[in-house]
Amino acid sequence: MTLLSYFLNNPDTIFRLILEHLQLTGSAILTAIIIGVPLGIAITRHKRLADIMLAITSVFQTIPSIAFFGLLIPFLGIGKRTAILVLFLYALLPIVKNTYTGIKEVSPFMIDAGRGMGMTNMQILRMVELPQSLSVIMAGVRIATVINIGTTTIAAYIGAGGLGELIFTGIQMYRNEMILAGAIPAAILAILADQVLGYVEYKLTPKGLRKTK
Amino acid sequence: MISFKNVTKRFDNFTAVDNLTINFNKGETIVLIGPSGCGKTTTLRMINRLIEPTEGTIYINGTDISKLDVVELRRNIGYVIQQIALFPHMTIAQNIGLVPYLKNWPEKKRKERVEELLEFVGMPPSEFYHRYPNELSGGQQQRIGVARALAADPEIILMDEPFGAVDPITRATLQEELLQMQDKLGKTIIFVTHDMDEALKLADKIAIMKDGKVLQYDSPEQLLTNPAHGFVEEFIGKDRLIRQPEFINVKDIMIKNPVTILPERTLTQALEKMRRQKVDSLMVVDKTDKFIGLITANDVLQNFDNAEKVAEIYKTDVHYVSEDANVSQVLAIMAEKQVGYVPVISDDQKLSGLITRSSLVNVLGQRLTK
Repeated sequence: MTLLSYFLNNPDTIFRLILEHLQLTGSAILTAIIIGVPLGIAITRHKRLADIMLAITSVFQTIPSIAFFGLLIPFLGIGKRTAILVLFLYALLPIVKNTYTGIKEVSPFMIDAGRGMGMTNMQILRMVELPQSLSVIMAGVRIATVINIGTTTIAAYIGAGGLGELIFTGIQMYRNEMILAGAIPAAILAILADQVLGYVEYKLTPKGLRKTK
Repeated sequence: MISFKNVTKRFDNFTAVDNLTINFNKGETIVLIGPSGCGKTTTLRMINRLIEPTEGTIYINGTDISKLDVVELRRNIGYVIQQIALFPHMTIAQNIGLVPYLKNWPEKKRKERVEELLEFVGMPPSEFYHRYPNELSGGQQQRIGVARALAADPEIILMDEPFGAVDPITRATLQEELLQMQDKLGKTIIFVTHDMDEALKLADKIAIMKDGKVLQYDSPEQLLTNPAHGFVEEFIGKDRLIRQPEFINVKDIMIKNPVTILPERTLTQALEKMRRQKVDSLMVVDKTDKFIGLITANDVLQNFDNAEKVAEIYKTDVHYVSEDANVSQVLAIMAEKQVGYVPVISDDQKLSGLITRSSLVNVLGQRLTK
């Protein structure tokens, strides 16, 4: 009951924090797409570089998030900037890796056929490799987003804002309704993002490649 | 049309093609054949520069192709591979129209061309234009593969074991269609295979390759009657006998129990029988075993919708020989009438056996190894 009244009494705060949360996650994911997809494509052309890049990005992934924030605070201080950088680095691995895998999985015979018919390298990328790997790339974006919505709640600890603010404040003040007011929307966001991006993934899969339902 | 001048291709320490000099004439189907690693595919892929020669020069219509723009060169050469490799995310129409698209043809012209080609390969545009490759059978997919290679009307078509991945009956049909297509279009086709029957069936000229060299380059009939010593003989199935074919009696080398069918049988039964016996044609006999005609897989498939019984569609104007004929006469019929099967008929008109191009080769080969 107290939970419901908390929601009813603080709609503006909750709404603002949801937006802030989305903003943090969104800007990190967008940057990760803009940098990660071309990076993923680039390393398919270079085996050694691919090994190195994938190793580096998976190291980022293994660092616990709270430790990662801690590592960067001495250099960047606390706040949104540090948070977005960490979130971005977290999102990088699934996106780079899926782009790389998606393109690598395109049958070499497809590429041979394309080249043999007189496609340029750019046309092979644009007309053969990308359309066939788009759904795999999108799956990477989806994983990155869902993980990131979770990690963003922790970013509140270093003053980045977002729904984590309610959770941490609630813990300190022993106010369960406040904790839940942060936790429930965060969980719903993650579930929604998963659903919506799953749909986008399906829509982006070319018709000829969709598995019949 | 296409000439190789002292062309060599080395991969690290392996010489795939060794100082090759050969000419391919315009309008001919040239089959490159040999064991794996003989350099046939490398030779083919050097023509559209998917592989660049280490040494030597390749000319098309007198022009050194290394001087041409590689993308432009490839757009003017049809390319069909065993894996078919239709693009799964594109419709059939988009697949066929790809090279015209790359060449910036206006949309209307592209659409007309695609429809024309779909008709040409016997797949009605109304049914197939908007479909996707994964909705098609293997045989249909390779028909589209061939249509795609024809799209921009290239003079040269390269085919790398194009029918290697389909079942024997479909293969026979596709081969038949390729022959018919060739009658109409007269393209210069370079065709790689390791299947001697296919080579004998399709080729105007066959180049037998081994260790990067062409050992013999001749018409199928010449290869069968005058093979070069050593490997070529062995590869075709040796034949000291075929060198004096007039001395071999057909009775000695014919297939004794050719697969037969009664005219009352249905087309489905005919197809099933071909599939089971792994043949692409059946001898039609009546109940007393009297030979009355022949039916091929192609006949069946083409008439599947408008006929029911074998009796309605089998061919009666079949060239046959008597039991005491010799191989020389059979070869003459095969060459003259362009047929691959010659039934052998006894004096009382009964079917006693069958000679095919491949049985000639096989049987003669066996004789020598005995």
